[in-house]
Amino acid sequence: MAGWKSPSENTVLGKPTPRLDGPAKVTGRAKYAYDVQPAGLLQGKILRCPHGSAQIISIDTSAAERMPGVGAVIITAKPGDIMRFAGQELGGVAAKSFDIAQDAVRAIKVSYKVLPHVVHEEAAMKPDAPNVRGADPNTSTPNTRSTGDTDAAFQSAAAVIEGTYSCAVRTHNSLETHGTTCKWEDDTHLTCWASTQGVFSVRDDFAREYKLPPANIHVITEVMGGGFGSKFGAGYEGILCANLAKKANAPVKLMLNREEEQIAVGNAPSATVEVRMAADGDGNITAVDAKLHGTGGISGAGVPFPYIYKVGSTKISQISVFMNSGGQRAWRAPGHPQASFLMESAVEDLAIKLGMDPLELRMKNDPSKLRISQWREGARIVGWDRRNAKPGNGKLAGNGRYKRGLGCGAATWGGGGGGGSQCKVIISNDGSVDVEIGVQDIGTGTRTYCAMIVAEELGLAVSAIKTNLGKTSLGYGVGSGGSVTTGSTAPAVKRAAEAAKEALVSAVAAKMGVDTDQIELIDGKVIVKGESGKQVPFKKACSALGPGGVTGDGKWDASLQQNGVAGVQFAEVQVDTLTGLVKVIKVVALQDGGVILNPLTFTSQVNGGVIQGIGMALFEDRKMCQLTGRMLNANMEDYKMPGSMEMPEFVSIAFENPTAKGVSGIGEPPVIPTAAAIRNAVLNASGAALYHAPMTPGRVLDALAAGRKG
Amino acid sequence: MSMDDRDQHDPNEPDVSRRQFLRGLSGSLAASAVLATGVEAVPLSPPSPPEPLEPPLAVGPRIKGQVKVRLNVNGQVKTATVEPRTTLLNTLRDDLGLTGAKRICDRGSCGGCTVIADGETIYSCMMLAVDAQGKKITTVEGLGTPEAMSPLQAAFVDHDALMCGFCTPGFVMSCTSLLKHNPDPTETEVKEACAGNICRCGTYPRIFEAVLAAAKRMRGE
Ligand code: FES
Ligand code: FES
Repeated sequence: MAGWKSPSENTVLGKPTPRLDGPAKVTGRAKYAYDVQPAGLLQGKILRCPHGSAQIISIDTSAAERMPGVGAVIITAKPGDIMRFAGQELGGVAAKSFDIAQDAVRAIKVSYKVLPHVVHEEAAMKPDAPNVRGADPNTSTPNTRSTGDTDAAFQSAAAVIEGTYSCAVRTHNSLETHGTTCKWEDDTHLTCWASTQGVFSVRDDFAREYKLPPANIHVITEVMGGGFGSKFGAGYEGILCANLAKKANAPVKLMLNREEEQIAVGNAPSATVEVRMAADGDGNITAVDAKLHGTGGISGAGVPFPYIYKVGSTKISQISVFMNSGGQRAWRAPGHPQASFLMESAVEDLAIKLGMDPLELRMKNDPSKLRISQWREGARIVGWDRRNAKPGNGKLAGNGRYKRGLGCGAATWGGGGGGGSQCKVIISNDGSVDVEIGVQDIGTGTRTYCAMIVAEELGLAVSAIKTNLGKTSLGYGVGSGGSVTTGSTAPAVKRAAEAAKEALVSAVAAKMGVDTDQIELIDGKVIVKGESGKQVPFKKACSALGPGGVTGDGKWDASLQQNGVAGVQFAEVQVDTLTGLVKVIKVVALQDGGVILNPLTFTSQVNGGVIQGIGMALFEDRKMCQLTGRMLNANMEDYKMPGSMEMPEFVSIAFENPTAKGVSGIGEPPVIPTAAAIRNAVLNASGAALYHAPMTPGRVLDALAAGRKG
Repeated sequence: MSMDDRDQHDPNEPDVSRRQFLRGLSGSLAASAVLATGVEAVPLSPPSPPEPLEPPLAVGPRIKGQVKVRLNVNGQVKTATVEPRTTLLNTLRDDLGLTGAKRICDRGSCGGCTVIADGETIYSCMMLAVDAQGKKITTVEGLGTPEAMSPLQAAFVDHDALMCGFCTPGFVMSCTSLLKHNPDPTETEVKEACAGNICRCGTYPRIFEAVLAAAKRMRGE
C-alpha cells in the first residue's frame, strides 16, 4: 500500500486549507457541549469545600431540596470525610436556571471541622507542615538516577555554574470549561455531549459507572472549546451530571464556572531545580548535578531532566511536593516547558561563563541532527549575529532605557500515533463522499485534514467531502493527548480512502470495459489513461455503484506515522530597564511534524504554543492564600493570560523534514521552548538574569539591580 | 464557594461590587451575593465604636418571581420570562437559544459574551436582561450564516483566525464594531479593539491578519 506522496505530487495535502468547521464557528452556529439544549434542560452546579482542609461534620440539604425550581440534589461526600483542598467536590444540584442552581448550592448547609492546611510549596516541604496525604509525608521518596562520574567532571571542568531556577504553577483556563450535557434516553441509554479530548474514554467511564455496555452510551463532541491536556474521562462533573439527570428525570447541563475551572480540574505543576553544571574547554557539557522538586497540589509532579542535551555525567534527584490545592493534570507537553525553562536557562548561564556563543554551545551538545539544521535556519531568520556579544552590552541593547536582545531554546516531543483507529469512507451512488471516524477535533484541525486526505485520494475538492467526527457511535478514535491524534487518525483515514477508491474504480472500470489500472481520479473527474477524451465527472461515474454505494474501511498503519519531532525557537525582546516590563518583539519558531498535512492549521498551532509560552514566561502564576487555603486569582483578570496587546511578530515555520515518511501531531512541542527563549533574550538584552518564571516587572527590576551589583 | 460577585470597585463608589449594585438597582436583594462571598456586607465606616450599622446600599426588598422581557435581537422582537437578576447573556443563551455568545468568565473580563447594543459593543454578562430592553441588540448570529458569512467572518475562516472557536464569536463582534467605526484601522488599532477579548488557543496574530484583510476588502481595495 502506498505511502504519503511527496509534497510536489499533492493537489490538496500540504496546501494551506481553511478549517471546515470555520463557518459554523465564526457565525456562532457551532454547538459545543456548553451550548446544546435538549428540551426540559436543567442546569447543574457543584457544591465545593471552601476550606484548604476540613472534615465534614454534617450536611443538610433540606433547604435546597425545598427550593422552587430545584430538580435534584445529590451529595457524594459523607460526614467524617476529609476534604483536602478548597474546591473539592461534595455533591451538587440541578435546577431550572443557572441562578437557581447557584442559590440551591448556597442553601446546602455543611458544617466542617476546619483542619490545618498548607498551600505553599516551600512551607509544605517543612517537617512540621500540616500533613496533606494522611499517613504519607508531603514529599515523595526521591527518584534518583545517575550516569558517569560527576565528581571527576566537576574537578576537571573549564567552567561550572550553580543556581536555582524555577517556574510557577499555571492553570489551563480552557475557555469552554469542563463539563457535559447529559440526557438519559431511557433507563439504560445515555446521550452525553461532552467537552472532552477523548469521547471514547468518557464513554468507557460512564459504562463502568453504570455497568452498562459501552454501546449504550453515546458521547458526542463535534466541537470543543479547549482542553490542552486537562479533559479526559467523564470526571467528577460528568458522572454527577448524569446522576443528576437520572434523579431529576430530565436532561442536565453541568459546566464549571471560571473559578472552578482553575481550582479543581487541573494545573501545570511548578518546577524548581538546584543545579550545578560543568563544561570542558571545548564546550562539552560534562556534568549535571540536579535536585528537583515541584508541586501538583494533591497530585505528583515531575519534569524530564537534563532535557534534550547529551551530558557527560548526571546525578539527578527528584521529588514531588504535596499540598492542599487541586491536582495537576497534563498540559501540552507535560513537564517539558518547565524542563526547558530550567535547563535552557542554566545552559545559557554556562555559555556566558565559558565565554562561548550560547547557540554554539547548544549545537555542540544537541544530539538531534534535525534540530541542528533548525538552529542554523532559525539563527539566519532571526539574525542571530545581531545579538549582543555580552549580556546587556552591544548594539542591539543600545545605551537607552529600552534594551533589546536575542535568546533561544529547543523542544523535543514524541507525537506519532497508535493503533485502534477505525475509519470509514463512503462513496454513494449520487457521488457524495462521507468520511466517518469517532475521533474528536479539539480545535487542532483534525476534521479538516480527514477531508483533505480523502479529497487527495479521490481527486476531489475538500469541499466535496462531508465529515462526521466526534461520536462514539462511529469507529474508534484515540484520545487527543500526547500529540497522537494525527499519527493515529490520518493513517486510518488514508487507508479507508484508498479502499473506497479501489472499490469505486473497479465498479467504474467494469462499466466502462477498461482495466482498473487505466483509471485515474483527477480534478473531480474519472479519466481513462491514454484515451484522450474518455472521461466522466466523478458524480456521474458514481452512478455505476449499487444503491449502497461503496464503503472503504481503514485501520491504523504504523508506516504512515512517525514518532519524535524537533523544534527550536528564537525570541527577540525589549526590556524597559526603568519599569522592568518585558515586551516580546518577535518569535521565530521552527517546528517539524514529519509529513505536513495542512500547513495553515499547523502554523496556527505553533502560534498558539508560542502564545501560551509567552504566558508562562511573563504572566501566569497561580497565587494561593495561606490564610484561607484558597486560590486568590481564580479569574481572568488577576490570573493574567496573554492578550492582543502583548502579541509579538510571529515567524512560525512548518519545518520540512526531508527524510520524513510519516505524519505526527505537533499540538505540544511548540509550547515548550518559548519561555526559555524569552528568559535568555531578557538576559542578552539587559544583563538581568532571571531565575524564576513568570518574569514579572518586579523580578526583572530585582535582577537588573543584582546585575549592576555584579 | 464562589467569588463570582467580587468585582472591581470604582473608587468613587461605595464599597459595593458592580454586580451587587446592578442587582440592587433592579430590585433584587444582595443576599445571594453576600452568601456568595461568604462574608457579611462590608461596613462603610470603621467597625468601632460599635454602633448600629446602616443597612448596606444594595439591600432592599427582594423581588421574587419572574418578569417578562421584550428584547430586540437581530432585528426581531423576542420575549422571555426570566428572573430580574438574569443577565442578558443567560437570557440570550438559555431562553432565546442564541448560544453564539459564550459565558466564559461571567464577569466582564474575557469578551466571549460580546454583543452589539445600539451600535456599541457590550459584555452581555454585565448587563441584566431587563436593562437591555429597548436596545437594538446584534449577536454573532445576526451578522451572517455559514452559507452567507459577513466579509469579516469569511476573512476569519480564510486566515484561520480560529482554532477551538470558543472565543471566536466575541472577537468577531469586537472587530465588526471596530470596522463600523473605523473602516481603515492600523494593526495597533485592531489590537486595541481586541484588548477586551481573550483567546486561550492563541489565534491573535491571525485575527489581526483577518481583520486587516477584511477591512481592505470592505473598502473595495
Ligand atoms: S463572559 Fe462576559 S466578559 Fe467574559
Ligand atoms: S480559538 Fe480557542 S480560545 Fe480562541
